[in-house]
Amino acid sequence: MAKKIHLPAGEDAIRSLHCGDIVEISGVMVTGRDNVHKYLIENDDEMAHRLLKDTFIYHCGPVVKQNDKGEWSFVAAGPTTSIREEPYQGKVFERYGLRAAIGKGGMGPKTLAACEQLGAVYLHAIGGLAVLLARSVKRVLDVHWLEEFGTPEAMWVIEVEDFPAIVTMDSHGKSLHAEILEKSRAQYEMLLKK
Amino acid sequence: MANQMELKDALVELIRRASTHLPPDQMAALRRAADSEPKESMAQQTFEMMIANAEAAATSSTPTCQDTGTLLFYVDYGPEFRQRELREAIEAAAREATRRSYLRPNAVDSRSGKNSGDNTGIGAPYIHFEEEEKPGLRVRLMLKGGGSENVGRQYTVPDSEIGAGRDLDGVRKCIIDAVFKAQGYGCAPGIIGVGIGGDRMSSFLASKESLFRKVDDTNPDPELAKLEEQLTAECNTLGIGPMGFGGSTSVLGVKLNFRHRVPASFFVSISYMCWANRKATLLYRNGTAEFEQ
Ligand code: SF4
Repeated sequence: MAKKIHLPAGEDAIRSLHCGDIVEISGVMVTGRDNVHKYLIENDDEMAHRLLKDTFIYHCGPVVKQNDKGEWSFVAAGPTTSIREEPYQGKVFERYGLRAAIGKGGMGPKTLAACEQLGAVYLHAIGGLAVLLARSVKRVLDVHWLEEFGTPEAMWVIEVEDFPAIVTMDSHGKSLHAEILEKSRAQYEMLLKK
Repeated sequence: MANQMELKDALVELIRRASTHLPPDQMAALRRAADSEPKESMAQQTFEMMIANAEAAATSSTPTCQDTGTLLFYVDYGPEFRQRELREAIEAAAREATRRSYLRPNAVDSRSGKNSGDNTGIGAPYIHFEEEEKPGLRVRLMLKGGGSENVGRQYTVPDSEIGAGRDLDGVRKCIIDAVFKAQGYGCAPGIIGVGIGGDRMSSFLASKESLFRKVDDTNPDPELAKLEEQLTAECNTLGIGPMGFGGSTSVLGVKLNFRHRVPASFFVSISYMCWANRKATLLYRNGTAEFEQ
């Protein structure tokens, strides 16, 4: 069964998660891709400190829509490839007190080390799950740097309900990606020798 | 069910179906995969979510995946049609389908980086024409996602690194290598389209064409049917699973497609189709449209 996570989430809640856990996230989180990560490293942003403490950042460039009253909503909201944020992610976790990154494809050793040290995790959303994920975004509360970075790269502040994801890197040094790669490699080598 | 329709409208409907409805053979394959995994496992639940997403997309008529992919049209046309008019109708349909949000704007100028905003541009959509003697029109459409396209590969055999020679066993090794290297990155489980022989271009074309086959069909050549089945089984022992989370389904099928080649070259070209395996067919005659998936 899925484990429920309510945001904000403290270190204890995050440390109780393990690779392979299926989670459903509810609460307020933000989106961020390359521009946001770069900005957060190059600046020490007051507003971001308040916003990011004990919450999650979702690697997602959404398709959005705005109604007559100026309210935004997410139309499609699948994950984007996370490895591009590898140079930044650990530092962003540390400086702003973030507890997780959500994306697809997994991340590298730097992020894994930061997860272990700080009590954070990497959550894998399912690629292509556009409709279900957009539906779990209940409200768009705010958007930052929309002008500067454009729609997919802006930092959207969203309220989600039962957003489904899978823990693939935990705070105990385990990475499902590395594990599956190693396991499949053994089998692969055997098949090639056959 | 046949409907009287303008050609352009029929093409818009073709795009809508491809984008918002996964074909029944793909849905059945995902269902079988879900049922073959242990209850409550990560793999099983992932498949269940994929199925639920596809069902929600179909009922709400919204794209199954936000990456609505590259538009690949295969057109067989009878003597009453002209290529130029068909091209114009397809481009107009792509624009209209983008306006109606069945498609995300997915045509980017490779020089300036600017998105055309309507899915048309230089070489976009891709259209392959084939002239037929009998009247009527058949348009097959495939939406090929970018993430899965990125994990495709082309091998030149012999390939000493993986020990692949110029025979069927060499082809087999290329396929296993490509599936291993793709891990979950192409939104596994994949359908593996394989072009064997040809030149670099026709070889990749052959790999794409093989992806028009039904997921669960059987190759009419018994030797190849056996090899396809064996390869599917072997790839599934890799344990990659849906999205690379681990599991017993890493590929849903392997489809082999041969071309004659020059003696000097032997290419094995691999196109990886993601779980959002989106295709549809339009049959059009005397202003009447029929759709198949
Ligand atoms: S690879 Fe396929 S399922 Fe994954 S994001 Fe791209 S189009 Fe969607």
